[in-house]
Amino acid sequence: MSQQNSLTGRSLGGVGEAPAPRRSRLDRRLLGLALALLALILLNVALTPNFLALQTFAVNVSQVAPIAIVALGMTLVIATGGVDLSVGAVMAVSGALAPLIFGSGWGLASPGLGLAAAFLLPLLVAAACGLFNGALVSRLGVQPIIATLILFISGRGVALVMTNGNLQTFTNPRFTWLGTGRWLGIPVMGWMALAIALVVAVVVRRTIYGRYLLSVGGNERAAALAGTPVATVKIWTYVLCSMLAGLAGLIVVAQNSASDAARIGSLMELDAIAAAVVGGAALSGGRAPILGTLLGALFIQLVGYTLIANGVPDEATLIVTAGIIVVAVWLQDSRRRT
Amino acid sequence: MTARPLDLDLRRWMRPLDGGTHLTVWVALFALLLIGALRYDNFLSAYNVSSFLGYNSMFILISVGMCLVIMTGGIDLSVGAVAALSSVVAAFLSARGLAVALPAGVATGLLVGAVNAGLIVGLRLPPFMATLASMLAAKGAALVISDSRAVPADWTSDFTALGMNKIGPWVPWTILVALPVVLAAWYVLERTSLGRTVLAVGGNAEAAHLMGLKTSRALVFVYLFSGACAGLAGVLLASPGGGQPLEGMGWELAAIASVVVGGTLLTGGMGSVPATVAGALLFGLVFNMLNFENGLPGGLSLSAYWQSVIRGAFLLVVILLQVRLARPAAHKA
Repeated sequence: MSQQNSLTGRSLGGVGEAPAPRRSRLDRRLLGLALALLALILLNVALTPNFLALQTFAVNVSQVAPIAIVALGMTLVIATGGVDLSVGAVMAVSGALAPLIFGSGWGLASPGLGLAAAFLLPLLVAAACGLFNGALVSRLGVQPIIATLILFISGRGVALVMTNGNLQTFTNPRFTWLGTGRWLGIPVMGWMALAIALVVAVVVRRTIYGRYLLSVGGNERAAALAGTPVATVKIWTYVLCSMLAGLAGLIVVAQNSASDAARIGSLMELDAIAAAVVGGAALSGGRAPILGTLLGALFIQLVGYTLIANGVPDEATLIVTAGIIVVAVWLQDSRRRT
Repeated sequence: MTARPLDLDLRRWMRPLDGGTHLTVWVALFALLLIGALRYDNFLSAYNVSSFLGYNSMFILISVGMCLVIMTGGIDLSVGAVAALSSVVAAFLSARGLAVALPAGVATGLLVGAVNAGLIVGLRLPPFMATLASMLAAKGAALVISDSRAVPADWTSDFTALGMNKIGPWVPWTILVALPVVLAAWYVLERTSLGRTVLAVGGNAEAAHLMGLKTSRALVFVYLFSGACAGLAGVLLASPGGGQPLEGMGWELAAIASVVVGGTLLTGGMGSVPATVAGALLFGLVFNMLNFENGLPGGLSLSAYWQSVIRGAFLLVVILLQVRLARPAAHKA
């Protein structure tokens, strides 16, 4: 495996072909996941009343979209062999910031500018968080779990300090459009998640950055020897992950027309990691299955929905999710060893 | 703190209680204690000391369990959820008295620890994912059996004595429960072949295995031990307060932070139980001193929300210190 990856590292900028065996293995996995998803949908059509209603679809999409967006960034970080525990805290920071901006005296005086700032500034702050994580990981060699633990612990605290722990409610139709707007009957954020997934997939497959990303995760030493700017690649990956988390934070706040810094994005890091891993990402790095992550997030969401819609208590779905994760990781591992 | 394996000299230099990074945590702890004692009245009062020890004995327990796991190069994300689950179990059984509820809580932790060990040693799942799954499952189980509500502890039995009673004005029972566990962990690590194997597995699992060390046994032991510590922490949580199915969120990360502050590297192969305890106390002390600071006329008056910001900043400082200490030997340039 490492040999393969060092090859990937060396063929940078060459003909754009990925090592064949890995792709086929991933494809088989994706196929399995897609079939499981299909089976679940058929099961629901049979079991759950009104499952095929557009409303049901919209509800599921609006629940899964923020998770999917964060999970896409998480997949990239995991592909470098890292993990980002701070995504939930970053969501809280950006989600707390937005209403503060458009609700401020300045934001109310010039609503247009205020709105733009309420979108852009939180994303910039999120990017700064990513820069912090990335710099710790790549420049100082701090392990990703520990490096991102710092913001996990203090990020939400910062959000709480900014809002003084208050629930901020607001009415700002142009902002809440992000969370409640629909296009062709499907929530805008669903389209956004899809668009982001497409862009990220293209970036991973077709750009130099994507090549760098996979080679860094596959075999960091080999990648470095082959001239990959390992530190830069890692920093950008953490920045990207944090910005996606920041966006998800804005979406969640827009969806609720309220911002509760204590709750936005709580446990999101776990949901995102679970989606990525069920989708085929390996914590050891070197793989970034974007479509898989999307399917993984959908699968976990739909399993939860199926259980709840059929009278299983909400809490029991946690246990089922745990089972799914174990099976997914086990399948992955047994294939890697063969 | 580097992702690369450290060379042997450095590792020996950082052996438990031999100074190095471990010294940092002790110095910081005594510095904070000194500042607290000089700056605040009642800081060293029996009430503050006993409630501080009482509350933090839970965190000492899970941090020590986590410390052993991390020394093998693993991680146990399930400890917070296990404590919540065990607190619910103990609270349900509290009417039968301490003699039933306490072992039941510990057994709950052991059960989850056994599942973790099975997943990690048996199925060879990465510890991060295996314990992430068991964390979700334990949390789910705690919520299901408690119906998502706090379970009151029975006050007619002797169960709540554990959390309420003290020896003299200073020493709460809870710390007396935690102390033997800490000493046992220290002893096992420093004086037994099992402990050496734990360190060897973390240093280089494959080499340890090839040398004929019982690596699986060491791994099973640390996950069982961590589970039992978390279970016991849950019992302590339940003892005055009842079963708390929603408690324990983020405890695993607090424990990891304590371990790291105590100078243990996540890559495993080294670490110190006493320094981990000091790390846990240090985190607790930041919180405690913040409370005093707010009560002080003319003090800083920071809201409770600053707590986590300060803890995070604290962790950052410690990590930067560790990087500086570890770097000269770990990196050539």
